[in-house]
Amino acid sequence: MCVPLYPEGKLQKFRPGVPGPEFLVNTKGKFSMNSIIANRKSKSLVEKTAEIIFTVCAFFAVLAVLSITVYMFLNGTPALVKVGITDILFGTVWKPASADPSYGILFVILTSIVGTTLAILLGVPIGVLTAVFLAETAPKSIARLVKPAIELLAGIPSVIYGLLGILLLCPAMYKLEQKIFAGSQTHQFTGGANLISAVIVLAIMILPTVINISESALRSIPVSLKAASLAMGASKIQTIFKVLIPAAKSGIVTAIVLGVGRAIGEAMAISLVSGSSVNTPLPFNSVRFLTTAIVSEMGYAADLHRQVLFTIGLVLFVFIMIINLTLTRILKGGAKND
Amino acid sequence: MKNRMIAFIAAGILVVGSLTGCGNTADTQAPANDTPTESTPAAEKTPAAEASADLSGSISMSGSTSMEKLANAVAESFMAKYPGVTVTAEFTGSSAGIESVLAGSVDIGNSSRNLKDEEKSSGAVENIVAIDGIAVVVDPANTLADLTQDQLISIYKGETKNWSELGGADQAIVVVGREAGSGTRGAFEELLGIEDTCAYANELDSTGAVMAKVASTPGAIGYVSLDVIDDSVIAVKLDGVEPTEENIKAGSYALSRPFVMATNGEISAQKPEVQELFHFLASDEGKQLVKSVGLITVD
Repeated sequence: MCVPLYPEGKLQKFRPGVPGPEFLVNTKGKFSMNSIIANRKSKSLVEKTAEIIFTVCAFFAVLAVLSITVYMFLNGTPALVKVGITDILFGTVWKPASADPSYGILFVILTSIVGTTLAILLGVPIGVLTAVFLAETAPKSIARLVKPAIELLAGIPSVIYGLLGILLLCPAMYKLEQKIFAGSQTHQFTGGANLISAVIVLAIMILPTVINISESALRSIPVSLKAASLAMGASKIQTIFKVLIPAAKSGIVTAIVLGVGRAIGEAMAISLVSGSSVNTPLPFNSVRFLTTAIVSEMGYAADLHRQVLFTIGLVLFVFIMIINLTLTRILKGGAKND
Repeated sequence: MKNRMIAFIAAGILVVGSLTGCGNTADTQAPANDTPTESTPAAEKTPAAEASADLSGSISMSGSTSMEKLANAVAESFMAKYPGVTVTAEFTGSSAGIESVLAGSVDIGNSSRNLKDEEKSSGAVENIVAIDGIAVVVDPANTLADLTQDQLISIYKGETKNWSELGGADQAIVVVGREAGSGTRGAFEELLGIEDTCAYANELDSTGAVMAKVASTPGAIGYVSLDVIDDSVIAVKLDGVEPTEENIKAGSYALSRPFVMATNGEISAQKPEVQELFHFLASDEGKQLVKSVGLITVD
């Protein structure tokens, strides 16, 4: 960005970053302010063209969201009608390829809800406390180590999490499973690919989101609050838990909602560690999430089976929509408080 | 997934191969007077193909969903070789396919089982074009190398939960399988008669994933196409029979099934493009194609 090169006052005369023709011509040499404001006519032309371009770009996003919504509903609803809403949403038997097929996805929906909730319960405390550490208590040298680590964590592709899950988490989980269920006649051994493994992977994956947003929420608290608390004789820990975290509440809630969004939409990593059988979401059961249900069977699914997969997509889509609407509401509420 | 990709790639290679093959023959024919020795072997040995290069018409097949990969691969490469012929394939199920061919609505009925006697007596001819074999694999540390079909069924139904019940080590059994809709899973369950009664602990969406899971999990058991077996797992004997191509061809290994392209009447009584399709399947190129989709060729 070239923005800091110019004094602020002058920059405000035109919008920074407008890719007008004159701007482009001048990128070869040094930027010169004169060429842009030299001619009123060409300047207004640039402004208008840019505005049109912006508008068109903005409508791409609207178009995409609209077409996805329409597409999801068009493709997701036929199966709902054919199979019956209650049979799909509240049925517990998933046998899509059998001679007498049954398309109940209740366990799949429950797994997504339970899995995401557990991941949040595990990930959010760790994330928020890390954020507190970074914003308040960390010595600079350690913060310099932790911060890049978190940023890297955010950038690691989800399939890598899944691979590590297979290599490290599943074998450990299998040992635990063998100890806990030693001699059990009813438990089905999963080889470590179970709900807990998926939850752990999800919890790690939402950490960067939770940490970054919570940290910036903590940092944006006015210093006066902290100063007042400390001046009243409260200890540092008391200040953090009684003043700072309550003050950063709306930011932390935003972090949680975004974490939920990421967790519920994740497919690749957990498809590798969750076992992918449709079961009740108990800790040591092999389970299937909404996302993995689509991923794992899309390859060979045909006809009604395929349509039901679209319905699962629709359910997931509705979940994500609800989460986003909640988020918008929270953000609006937060803005009012300010 | 992986299998499908391999099939695509293989089909792609075949298409490219056959295209370049055509190019070569054209090239070598033009300067034929100068360099007669340079003519490619392909051009030499296919006078029949030359003759039918202008073969045109259409072939329709319908039938087994399990044969989708094979049928599509055959259709693609056959059409690439004979641009004048259109091959269409529908996947309606084995019995429906044979009914269609007997009714005369399609030229070839695909069936992933042997024909029944009444189907044969109605005029359907059983042309076995490939054999599908499934191997049962266990992790390399497993001491049990021989299972009976009944044991296998009870493992997959979730009735047997520990290898010690079958005379192995005291190790829990981790039942690994494929996702619903997979042809391998369909064949496995159908051959053992355990459709929809399997209790899977892991439903994985590719052959490679099953191999990896079984190889890395003590006590795991899984099933894969015969062609992907390697040293990372043990392919167990079934009723004392080793899962090898020879045993499958001899018919002694239980987990195999024929892929039949049934015709109404003998092949020689079919229209020329259908006859040519069977010639193509019997040629080296056709056999290569059958292998490329993970099947065993018939001699």
